[in-house]
Amino acid sequence: MARTLAQKVWQDHVVRSAEGEPDLLYIDLHLIHEVTSPQAFDGLRDAGRPVRRPDLTLATEDHNVPTIDIDKPIADPVSRAQVEALRKNCAEFGVPIYSLGNVEQGIVHVVGPQLGLTQPGMTVVCGDSHTSTHGAFGALAFGIGTSEVEHVLATQTLPLKPFKTMAITVNGSLPAGVSAKDLILAVIAKIGTGGGQGYVLEYRGDAIRALSMEGRMTICNMSIEAGARAGMIAPDETTFAYLEGKERAPKGSEWDAAVAYWKTLQTDADAVFDREVVIEASELSPFVTWGTNPGQGVPLSANVPSPADAVDEVDRIAIENALTYMDLVAGTPMRDVKVDTVFIGSCTNGRIEDLRVAAEVMKGRTVADGMRVLVVPGSVRVRLQAHAEGLDTIFSAAGAEWREAGCSMCLAMNPDMLAPGERSASTSNRNFEGRQGPGGRTHLVSPAVAAATAIVGRLASPADLEK
Amino acid sequence: MEAFTVHTGTAAPLRRSNVDTDQIIPAVYLKRITRHGFEDGLFSAWRKDPDFVLNQPAYQGVTILVAGPDFGTGSSREHAVWALQDFGFKVVISSRFADIFRGNSGKGGLLTAQVDQEVVERLWSLLESDPATPVTVDLAAREIHAGDLVASFDVDDYLRWRLMEGLDDVGITLKSADDITTFEERRPAFLPTTV
Repeated sequence: MARTLAQKVWQDHVVRSAEGEPDLLYIDLHLIHEVTSPQAFDGLRDAGRPVRRPDLTLATEDHNVPTIDIDKPIADPVSRAQVEALRKNCAEFGVPIYSLGNVEQGIVHVVGPQLGLTQPGMTVVCGDSHTSTHGAFGALAFGIGTSEVEHVLATQTLPLKPFKTMAITVNGSLPAGVSAKDLILAVIAKIGTGGGQGYVLEYRGDAIRALSMEGRMTICNMSIEAGARAGMIAPDETTFAYLEGKERAPKGSEWDAAVAYWKTLQTDADAVFDREVVIEASELSPFVTWGTNPGQGVPLSANVPSPADAVDEVDRIAIENALTYMDLVAGTPMRDVKVDTVFIGSCTNGRIEDLRVAAEVMKGRTVADGMRVLVVPGSVRVRLQAHAEGLDTIFSAAGAEWREAGCSMCLAMNPDMLAPGERSASTSNRNFEGRQGPGGRTHLVSPAVAAATAIVGRLASPADLEK
Repeated sequence: MEAFTVHTGTAAPLRRSNVDTDQIIPAVYLKRITRHGFEDGLFSAWRKDPDFVLNQPAYQGVTILVAGPDFGTGSSREHAVWALQDFGFKVVISSRFADIFRGNSGKGGLLTAQVDQEVVERLWSLLESDPATPVTVDLAAREIHAGDLVASFDVDDYLRWRLMEGLDDVGITLKSADDITTFEERRPAFLPTTV
């Protein structure tokens, strides 16, 4: 029977299957961090259970960690206690960990791929919804809760019902100046924050094939913002070229065996998806959010929507609430929206390619008066690469702050946050109320739009700088 | 985990769609390493507003939350479930739940009852006109009873069985330990390890 990519990976991991019960699925890689793991380790201790496969488990410190003064103890005692709990749990259960100060430390979804740990056809889980990022390699990767973290630690498996499959085909090629971030924001605006619920999304089509691995990770990362548990892209030569030579990628004859298997990881020509969405890449332009969920987005060239545009009563209330929270007036051109903080980073857009794009825009320019700009690399490796390319000098010369690696202002668990009423253009993934700090207002944007906004002081694209 | 069969309590109408987990509990509360005590973080931004439904005297002691579509979107934080439970909620009724939130709820024994938006609207009206209306959620019958309203709700069969039995997933899976070992023996050699 013809199968989709997601179905192939699923079926290759079924440990046990029985009528009326969820499948028991084997997990190839379990990534953990300080926030969603302490109660899981407590559960193991209470039950006297070991970690079944510490060699398939990897911890990194990311959500809580400061992005300045990392050589000093973490100032916030509660954050420090949580990071220390992770270190203690990893030592006790034999789990490898990349702590603050280690050259491999960084955001969990940046670290896995750059080490070559994330490979096609694998199952990857983490107590973090943006685990969908790893689907860019053709892995089945999804976020789990703390009870499931404990379950995977104890058994290296998860009981799961198969997901439905949705094809998102992006035909043609993206216009110049339109990035993977603009594309995924447009997809979410099209299908809605609940549109992907119960589905694995498979991104296909020429515009997806043309993307780098970094761009594919940005796309898959935000699948969760459309409600989908996972996003996937079938592996191809771009994937293999990215992996070859990476520290944890297969070597020698194992590389050949792996590539032979990876090449089978394509949706069969006659496979049927439960739902299909088609998007024409040529119709896309830089995209920004105006509201308080990632589905509330419009092209940068558009205006703030009105409650009168609502499709139903629930939507009308949602638009009204969002406009009030965001302090926006319906009909205002998005380009007139004044911003006071720009955040460039996160598991969505904190990779080297993202920093290159932002640096290209900011090179030789100066940020707007009163503008605060934080540039936070996704990992120490990304930071070092940026140094090697002189990107840090460009950011600093422009007036941006160049920080250490971590999740930072994406979710404001560390000191990097918006003050009440402050408005950011952020390359992160969520514009929820208070996400970047209580009372803070977030517009989700691409790295290019973030950098141009930093210069102009209002939401802008690089094209606006050339005028 | 405590077994769940029937629950009767009072309910709060939350007239909101897309209630994301950052609203249910902001990230600042996630730094704790304990399993309980998250009730102070529940809807913490909204609870600063005296008019917020959970601050109104009429809705004190509620155990059922009735919300609009796409409840629990966003982050995978299970703290969202713990915060609702620590506050006293046993059931959330909504017209659509986010996948991860719904899975997490099942693990912790918080029932997520999915109904048509029309049922949510009727419950909202009923609870706003008479906040003291007892609401019964019958998991065995998959039915909600409130005033004159009787509505069936969706819940996964396997989850319903687990909730009614009060079973713990790890214990169930470890019965298949031999199957896991057999599977591990045939994993390809090219797969990576972290050590």
